Amino acid sequence: MLENLSSRLQGIFSGLRSKGRLTEDDINSAMREIRMALLEADVNFKVVKAFVARTKERCLTSEVLDSLTPAQNVTKIVLDELIELLGRTDSKLVMSGRIPNVIMLVGLQGSGKTTAASKLAYRLKQEGHSPLLVACDVYRPAAADQLQTLGGEIGVRVFREDGQDPVKIAQDSIQDAIDNLRDVVIIDTAGRLHVDEEMMAEAAAIKEATKPDQILMVVDAMTGQDVVSVVEAFSDRIDFDGVIMSKMDGDARGGGALSVREVTGKPIKFISSGEKPDSLEEFHPDRMAKRILGMGDMISLIENAVRVQQEEDEAQAAEELARGNLTLNDFITMNRQIRKMGGVSKLISALPGGDKMLGSGQVDENALDDMEVIINSMTAEERVKPEVLNASRRQRIAKGAGVTVTDVNNLMKRYNETKKMVKKMTAGLSQQPKRNKKGKKGKKTRRRGMGIAGLEGLSMSDLKNISNMMGDK
Amino acid sequence: MDMFSKVSSGLAKSRDKFKEGMNALLDRGPQLDEGFWEDLEETLILSDIGPEAAFGIVEDLRDQATRKALPDSYAVLDMLGCRIEAEFAPGGEDILNGAAAVVLFVGINGTGKTTTVGKLAKAATDSGRKVILGSGDTFRAAAIEQLQVWAERAGVEMVTRERGSDPASVCFETIERAEDIDADLVLIDTAGRLHTSEDLMRELQKVVNVVRKRSNIAVYTVLVVDATTGQNGLQQAREFDRALDLDALIVTKMDGSAKGGIAISISHDLGLPIIKMGVGEGIDDLRDFDAHEYVAALIGDYNTNEETVEDFIEQDAAAPPKMTWAEFVEMDDAGKIAGKKHFWEKW
Repeated sequence: MLENLSSRLQGIFSGLRSKGRLTEDDINSAMREIRMALLEADVNFKVVKAFVARTKERCLTSEVLDSLTPAQNVTKIVLDELIELLGRTDSKLVMSGRIPNVIMLVGLQGSGKTTAASKLAYRLKQEGHSPLLVACDVYRPAAADQLQTLGGEIGVRVFREDGQDPVKIAQDSIQDAIDNLRDVVIIDTAGRLHVDEEMMAEAAAIKEATKPDQILMVVDAMTGQDVVSVVEAFSDRIDFDGVIMSKMDGDARGGGALSVREVTGKPIKFISSGEKPDSLEEFHPDRMAKRILGMGDMISLIENAVRVQQEEDEAQAAEELARGNLTLNDFITMNRQIRKMGGVSKLISALPGGDKMLGSGQVDENALDDMEVIINSMTAEERVKPEVLNASRRQRIAKGAGVTVTDVNNLMKRYNETKKMVKKMTAGLSQQPKRNKKGKKGKKTRRRGMGIAGLEGLSMSDLKNISNMMGDK
Repeated sequence: MDMFSKVSSGLAKSRDKFKEGMNALLDRGPQLDEGFWEDLEETLILSDIGPEAAFGIVEDLRDQATRKALPDSYAVLDMLGCRIEAEFAPGGEDILNGAAAVVLFVGINGTGKTTTVGKLAKAATDSGRKVILGSGDTFRAAAIEQLQVWAERAGVEMVTRERGSDPASVCFETIERAEDIDADLVLIDTAGRLHTSEDLMRELQKVVNVVRKRSNIAVYTVLVVDATTGQNGLQQAREFDRALDLDALIVTKMDGSAKGGIAISISHDLGLPIIKMGVGEGIDDLRDFDAHEYVAALIGDYNTNEETVEDFIEQDAAAPPKMTWAEFVEMDDAGKIAGKKHFWEKW
């Protein structure tokens, strides 16, 4: 996400970096790029104007212009302002002590409320809650069926009363939650237009009747300039607490996130990207801003890696890796893990400068699959002890996999490079404290420790290696 | 009620702020001062119409206003209206109102494909055509049930299979069934997908290929675009067009405060006519496209002069294609953007 924005800004600042001292003209041309990039990202025009004015003013102070490293200072200011715009602190889902907690979802038609509701339910279930999904969309044909199906897939109870008034359904659902020992009620409402007074009144009535602890508005990441009037209207009538940005897996820049925060002051709580129930992620403004500036999103990446690994429970393999005993079998496992984490492109785009590489087509999504095919043509012994591969064995493998010997040689080269690199990376990772049982506190501390450790072991040249490994064939 | 008043009535219900925004250009009176040009530029940017239009058109109009000595801002707005009308690609009348045809509806998630198919089925049946529906969205939960409700409302037959089955085979069966019952309009709903998902785009390509191969009557693919979509809409449309070779557009959800400016860019860039526009939730609110009404919703009411529109269409043949902001900056870096003096002065 936001690839172009980061590559444009990177472009500006590598230009600025080559100069010793900045002039006002330099700042102006940088601001021009920022304006264009933000408009390309669908940030609202008025928000762009205000953002650029603020940033420019700060950049033009003498401390910045006269400092030895003006370009870095400008970068820092833009980053600061972006973080400011996105909301300074992380905003988690706040649960009250009341049982059941009520979460209500609102939004325009087609923004992805029903999908978000089921993802949220899945997430809460993973965290140990027992949610209840409530189908309050009585207008769109089969909307309740959709929620019922999605609820069935993730094993969450769905409450529906077809043909009833949505306000009554919402009220009844709370009793149902109590009767069935559910501690969180997630109310999926009908999509409505911000200019439709009747429907907005209905949403307000549901709010009045159920007194939700949290109201989340689902906003499509692809929304254009109009996002401002939409969120303003919802904010006025329903006064929601936070936003879920949906469809973030497309290549829309999601600049609406910036506008929403600036205009309503409401935080983005989650980003939703993908069709799978587990693709609802917490939103971190600082990471997002860094990502926009091409500084990479290593922490998210590492967290993601940790989760995948936990699921697989491959502590054994990790230990092996740490000792540098990387076999070709691990290579296949890694390949599969990468696929689980969203594929090569997602991985690369989270690395500093990764967006640029993706944009210029240097990354081949299928490179890893080709590797797997070659490895599959090897014997069990060859996979564990790749040293035994001589010329004739390589020829046999190439024939079996339908590739040339050069391809096999390339794979072995990459394997050896990776082996070196993994040794470095896992030197930090292997020091992680022992896994805790569920519980927010434990998770948080472990993740933080991991993030730093993981970053320490990784140098820029390693990142280049990763890119080489996945890129050129 | 024409569309402009429909949109206006929708807006009348809302807070005055929107109304002000929409008629800012008309309300500021006849004088042609710098403030007018700035408001105009802002209105166009806020409509999602894109940089080329927002700056190119405004710069162009400034020239014309001086050369042709346009008396006041109303004359400029009339000319602007005609200029934007000239951007729409013509044609597309035969797709829903011509000879027997198979029409596939494609687009990203949540643009309103299923609802559009349902409304069209009802309208076409009412006008005496024999319609059959194919439920090619076998992915989304309850999409089939949703279309089934519409099929019942329209009193038409619908072909489907259980969720998760191959959409191409559903289409194949739909066409066979259409031939059996002599239907002359086959409407096929497909699953929403992001243009960035290669696998799903390939699947859709297969679906369309199967339909094109199997059908003995004309096959059209129509992209359904949500009026609230921003700059990413152009990229989406280009990807869908590259994969499927689109024939037309339908713009939905024009009933909010969104102006649907991006659809103008898409229509111009890819030469795709807009054949319907959705201005409300009612079944009659999916209307035939009308350029004047569309543009009036964007810039406020104005007078269309057919000749002026024709002139612009001729000039436009040599005009640069539509572009995204990023492309605009690149073109500018290459020195290929002419006449944007006023723009860069300010920016």
